[in-house]
Amino acid sequence: MSAVTLERPAVTLADLTAFVWAEADLLDRLAYKDWLKLWSADGLYIVPVERGVTDHANAVNVLYDDAEMREMRVKRLLSGFSMSSAPPARTVRTVSRFVETARSETSVDLRAAQVIVEYKYERHRVLAADVDYRIAISADGLKLARKVVTLINCDDPLHGIGYLL
Amino acid sequence: MHSEDAVAERPWGALFEGDRADGAIYRDPALFDAEMDRIFKQTWVWVAHESELPGPNTFKTGNVGTSPVLITRDKKGEVHVLLNRCRHRAASVCEKKKGKQSVFVCPYHGWSYDPDGSLRKVPHRWGYDENFDPADYPLFSLRVEQYAGMIFATFNADAPPLEEHLGAARKWMDLFMKQGGGFGVKVLGQHSFRFPGNWKIQLENTTDAYHFPIVHKTFLDSLDEETENVFDVLGQGGWVEDLGNGHSVMVMIPSLIDLEADLEAPIPDRFADLAAELAAEGHDDMTVRRLVRAVGGTGFNLNLFPNVACSMAFFRVLRPIDVETTEITHVAIGMSGGENVGPANRARIRLHEHFQGPMGFGTPDDAEGWERVQRGVRAGEGMPILVNRGVPAPEGTAEPGHDAGDVSSEVGMRAAYRMWKRMMEE
Repeated sequence: MSAVTLERPAVTLADLTAFVWAEADLLDRLAYKDWLKLWSADGLYIVPVERGVTDHANAVNVLYDDAEMREMRVKRLLSGFSMSSAPPARTVRTVSRFVETARSETSVDLRAAQVIVEYKYERHRVLAADVDYRIAISADGLKLARKVVTLINCDDPLHGIGYLL
Repeated sequence: MHSEDAVAERPWGALFEGDRADGAIYRDPALFDAEMDRIFKQTWVWVAHESELPGPNTFKTGNVGTSPVLITRDKKGEVHVLLNRCRHRAASVCEKKKGKQSVFVCPYHGWSYDPDGSLRKVPHRWGYDENFDPADYPLFSLRVEQYAGMIFATFNADAPPLEEHLGAARKWMDLFMKQGGGFGVKVLGQHSFRFPGNWKIQLENTTDAYHFPIVHKTFLDSLDEETENVFDVLGQGGWVEDLGNGHSVMVMIPSLIDLEADLEAPIPDRFADLAAELAAEGHDDMTVRRLVRAVGGTGFNLNLFPNVACSMAFFRVLRPIDVETTEITHVAIGMSGGENVGPANRARIRLHEHFQGPMGFGTPDDAEGWERVQRGVRAGEGMPILVNRGVPAPEGTAEPGHDAGDVSSEVGMRAAYRMWKRMMEE
């Protein structure tokens, strides 16, 4: 009997971008409970306040969320009792300029550009960011293992943000 | 634009009487100019914590009112606050947020300044006649004084000494700094954000416990039961106390006034893991207890008129941008020391992120509330802003002779506005 290697089909850039776009769509639609399901259990969602920081655990961040914090954050945003989120600014976002920066058997790292336009109180604001994704390749599909959103102005004054980046 | 005549003629002080203010205090651009002149150019304005200038030739940039400044420590260790403006043709001499350098060179014509502000050298000196003396052109230097590691500056040569200005607030600054857990306090990082509203809306908020359970319901809901009880700010017999000169303290959690008291008390469950981590770093039992008790900060907000607060576990700094724009910085602080206090500082950082900052569980709702004040005050010209809330402080709390009220009272706002009125009438 000859050895049979069952090869998992390679994840293509098209698969990855479709995953990221689906995430972006969930966020713009405030479908936060579905968004939580995109994450692997040990995933980290980070928005730094300084550029070039690698040790986020020891730095002050805009947010540094493990699974527990993500769940609490989603609960807060959907509760109806947070005046900055009930309702939040409307958002329309695009993610593009994808670059694959690393790949292993179990994950792919991507770098991308994200532009969010938010609107509230007759005011538009633009939030541009570099986003670094680590997307885990698991038996039940792609999962977010890490997402670091570095706003273009993260080290300068921001504003109250009542939705997810 | 600034108009001297308008500033001089208007009876600004009359906009606050007793326990109510005219809504114009948030809206009038001419009043804003007058405030910058009569308050921010006259009194002590916080610019830095000593740990932000960690050695010789270190600096950070900042603002005193609307004036950009450089805050430097020279090679001898002296602190200077200098206008960030070349004496030649006004270009800013530094645009970095912080760093270490022994000279500041104006990028336009190359005038170079020492960290103490002295003009070191002018390129092509031959183009000035023999009467030109560089000693006549240092960077403009403000008066600088410090208390409890906090560095303040003023344009006013006649302002009273800083310690006199702080007065009864000093006791509370000393108590606040106990959250260094015996290691001293250092800055760990910061959040900053702007909101479309007047600076005094934020000044009021730091002494406003009344809003806490309402605006911050979602923060409270995210806490475990034990912590939620700690943050029951209206239900623990706290108080607000006028400390003079516009300063006030709001005590929300009386059991956390003195972080060096009650060290024998059992360590709360939620800090059990942290206590174990700190013990593993080699700290003795008493040090572990001191660090754990200090990790969540103090139980009070100390509002220092006009621009800084020692707020539970961080410094809240406000910077007026224009009459309807204010910038807030939340400076996270922790224990000074090395990796052996790392677990405590990481815990402090995570606690800071939980509430503070542009996506914290607290700040965005505060910012929204302040913007709503600025939006609402467009209506109802002549209708007052009420800061008349309060019943007497619980027995035996505030110092005799100080104006005080219950924790939800607006005593701190009245204290700030009385100082505001005094300065606007001077």
